[in-house]
Amino acid sequence: MNSAVIMKQVPDTEALIKLAPDGSGYVKEGVKFVMNPYDEFGVEEALKIKEAAGAGEVTIISLGSERAVEAIRTALAMGADKGVLLNAGEGSACALGLAKALAEELKAGDYKIIFCGKQAIDDDMAQVGPMVAELMGIPCVTVVTKVELSGNKAVCTREIEGGKEIVEVALPAVIACQKGLNEPRYASLPGIMKAKKKPLDQKDISLGDAKAVIVKWEAPPERPPGRIIEGDDAATKAAALVKALREEAKVI
Amino acid sequence: MAKEVLVFAEQRGGALRKVSFEMVTTGRKLADSMGGECCAVVVGDSVSGMAADLGKYGADKVFVVEDAKLKDYVPDLYAQAVAEVAKDAKVLIGGASAMGKDLLPRVAARLDTAMASDCVKLDMDGNSLMALRPVFAGKAFVTIKINGTPQVAAGRPKVFPAEENAKAGAVEKVSVSLGDAKAALKELKQEAGDRVDLTEADIIVSGGRGMKGPDEYKILEELADALGSTATVGASRAAVDAGWRPHSDQVGQTGKTVSPSLYIACGISGAIQHLAGMGSSKYIVAVNKDADAPIFSKADYGIVEDLFKLVPELTKEVKKLLAE
Repeated sequence: MNSAVIMKQVPDTEALIKLAPDGSGYVKEGVKFVMNPYDEFGVEEALKIKEAAGAGEVTIISLGSERAVEAIRTALAMGADKGVLLNAGEGSACALGLAKALAEELKAGDYKIIFCGKQAIDDDMAQVGPMVAELMGIPCVTVVTKVELSGNKAVCTREIEGGKEIVEVALPAVIACQKGLNEPRYASLPGIMKAKKKPLDQKDISLGDAKAVIVKWEAPPERPPGRIIEGDDAATKAAALVKALREEAKVI
Repeated sequence: MAKEVLVFAEQRGGALRKVSFEMVTTGRKLADSMGGECCAVVVGDSVSGMAADLGKYGADKVFVVEDAKLKDYVPDLYAQAVAEVAKDAKVLIGGASAMGKDLLPRVAARLDTAMASDCVKLDMDGNSLMALRPVFAGKAFVTIKINGTPQVAAGRPKVFPAEENAKAGAVEKVSVSLGDAKAALKELKQEAGDRVDLTEADIIVSGGRGMKGPDEYKILEELADALGSTATVGASRAAVDAGWRPHSDQVGQTGKTVSPSLYIACGISGAIQHLAGMGSSKYIVAVNKDADAPIFSKADYGIVEDLFKLVPELTKEVKKLLAE
């Protein structure tokens, strides 16, 4: 059984996001880029399924710039078999455009299960997985913390507010992964050596006109400076805080 | 059927969710600025009784798609139903809840239009919807304009006000011929305890590495209990990775982005990923022994103190105040 993982390269969570002076985006120089943390769960799950079955291939499909090759190699070093980079240059705000290009690539393969992260931690759109599924006419389960395969079906646990849903879908399906699904492995040194020889196909693509465009970037609103609540002991400080929350902030 | 604005009103288990009222109120404002109608759509089984409630928040007309197949949330059938009603709307909005985030991208893809998710502000600029949303979990914000029909956006729960805005909402039943579902809900598990979800909480008491272990969270639970039914307990990534709290409690860039009125960070140093995820809280309180912890730079009120001494005192004070 072959599976695919839609993977995005994103700035590391440690990165400070500095806006470009002309407001056109953020400054990429000096930023460390990594595999989207939610996509790592997808890579791990695909590898586990392959290992359990003792057969099948895991293909990593990434849409991004040339730089994303590094992240694909990381997934190959974890154990994925091959990679495809859809090289569209630097980012787009239009998840629909991305989903169309990814769906087209995915349709050309014979994937029984397609993993992706529940969202990319840069644009936080959480749209590509469900859109790809809709465009392919296959089911999708989002925010998944458990996957059990049985025959031609997958039973998935997904997070909702205050609880969980257990959902059964026919395969092929798109599974958007959430933290808790598994513990992604690290790339081993032999894995890193092997990854260099694994096939990585690069295709230049054009996304066409975006239906969603970013018209403005801005920094988060500045928070007014706060104050330190002083006091002789914990009880005094606690009383002063409760008073401030009640009388100034009016939140309790 | 003029529908300048259509609001997807989410219900679960036969009850409308609060975010539905927030989005109908928002939809009403957007429709008014366009001089048009604000409509809502409810999908489910026996849900037409909900129309009156949506009218109270400003819906001129409520479209109801009822079918026994729609009793539970079935993504593909719900997408089919909403897309059918939304195809001639100019703007489609809904909540960026678990359901909204799952459903609306599918509807957008079906209608070949784009969407903006997790928006914190929605305005019309003429006929264009301008959606302000955080990126990098709040390290920056972008304004998105959508050139499609409808223009789709999901609003973050608890950010938009829900205001009664009485209109006698007319009900219109829409019949959609539904195919077979590709996905089936097998079971719905409510989490033990009745605490509100992090994304819906008014008050979050959060603990980090300084909590030292899983059992110590009891004092945060007690504080949350004292603060009432809209308060819940969260955690930093360090605490979740240590196995002290479930991953669903995690606040931050690889956890949940939250917008409570009050966020009390206990024993959290304030890594950049965490600060991003809770930065849009209305008021932030930081309790930490280390006066140099970065969390203090974000806090409205900081207390330099051992949390194990302070939190129980805080619980006592809150109980005293709320008993008055």
